[in-house]
Amino acid sequence: MAKFRGAIVVDTEHCKGCSLCVVACPTHVIELNPDVNGKGYHYAYMKNPEACIGCASCGLVCPDSVISVYKKAVE
Amino acid sequence: MSRMELTDIIKEENLVLKKSALLTDNVMHYCPGCTHGVVHKLIAEVIEELGIQEQTIGISPVGCSVFAYNYIDIDWAEAAHGRAPALATAIRRLHPEKYVFTYQGDGDLASIGCAEIMHACNRGENIVVIFINNAIYGMTGGQMAPTTLLGQVTATTPYGRDAKLNGFPMKITELLAQLDGTCYVTRQTADTPAAVRKTKNAIKKAFQNTRLDKGVSFVEVVGTCNSGWKMTPVDANKWMHEHMFEKYPLGDIKDI
Repeated sequence: MAKFRGAIVVDTEHCKGCSLCVVACPTHVIELNPDVNGKGYHYAYMKNPEACIGCASCGLVCPDSVISVYKKAVE
Repeated sequence: MSRMELTDIIKEENLVLKKSALLTDNVMHYCPGCTHGVVHKLIAEVIEELGIQEQTIGISPVGCSVFAYNYIDIDWAEAAHGRAPALATAIRRLHPEKYVFTYQGDGDLASIGCAEIMHACNRGENIVVIFINNAIYGMTGGQMAPTTLLGQVTATTPYGRDAKLNGFPMKITELLAQLDGTCYVTRQTADTPAAVRKTKNAIKKAFQNTRLDKGVSFVEVVGTCNSGWKMTPVDANKWMHEHMFEKYPLGDIKDI
C-alpha cells in the first residue's frame, strides 16, 4: 500500500480539457469528465481517487495552473 | 474510498502544489495544452521563489505570447515585433538593479528579431532571454517559421518544408552560444514533470546569472503548437518527442 495518499482539486471553470494531466498521472487517477464546464470543455477530475499518491505530476504539466495538489502520509 | 477520507486529505496543511500567487486570475488565451502556459507558470514560480516581484521587468513580444503581461503580476513593457532584446537592453542599462527578461517565440526571435538578438547577445547585456521554439508561426495560423523542420507540413509549406525552396531549420541557440556575450545557453522542454522541473531550474539559474554581470542567459524551451500542428495536445507532445529533439537536442550548450 502506498505510503502517501493524495488528492487534487481542479478549478473546473478554468480547465481547458487538454488532457496533459491525464497522460502525466503515473497511477491513472485522472480522466476527463463526460460533463463540460461553462466554456464547453471536458474538465479533468479524479476518476480513481483511491490511487492518487499526491506526486503533483499533473499540476506540474498543467498549462493553466488549475490543479491544486494535496498529500498526506498514511498512518 | 468514502468522501470523508478525501476531505481529510484536502486540507490547507497538506497542500503541496497550487497556482503561483504571481499568476493573475485572467484566463490565458492560449489554446488547450499550449506550452506557453507551462512556461508562464515557471517564470511566475521562479520570480516568486527568488522574491523579486518588485524588481523584475518583463518584455513581451509579438506573437501568441503578446498578452504575457496580462498573466504575470510584474512590470512589463511591450516591444515592437522582434525588438524585445533592444528594449531589454535599454531598460537594464537604465535600471541596473532590476532583473530584466524577454519572452519571445521563434517567429519573433529567430525571424524578424534575428539581428536584435544577435547583437544583444554579442554586447553581453545582463538580461534573460526566454525563447519558445515550437517550429511554427502559431498566432498567424500555422505558417512556416525559420525553425520549421524539414518535411514539416505548415500552411505555407503544404508539401512539407523543402530545403531547396525554403532553406534549413535554423538552430539559433547554437549560433548564439558561439557569441562571447552569452554566459548560459541551454535548451529545455516542458512536456513531462521531469522536464518541467529541469526547465524551472534553468530559468532560475538564468535569473540569478543577471546579478553576476556575465552576459546574456538564454533559455530555449522546445514546445508544442497543437493547433498549428493540427494535433491533439497529447499527440503533439508525442510528435515533438519523435521529431523535434533530433534536430534540437536538449541540454546545456554553454555554461560559464
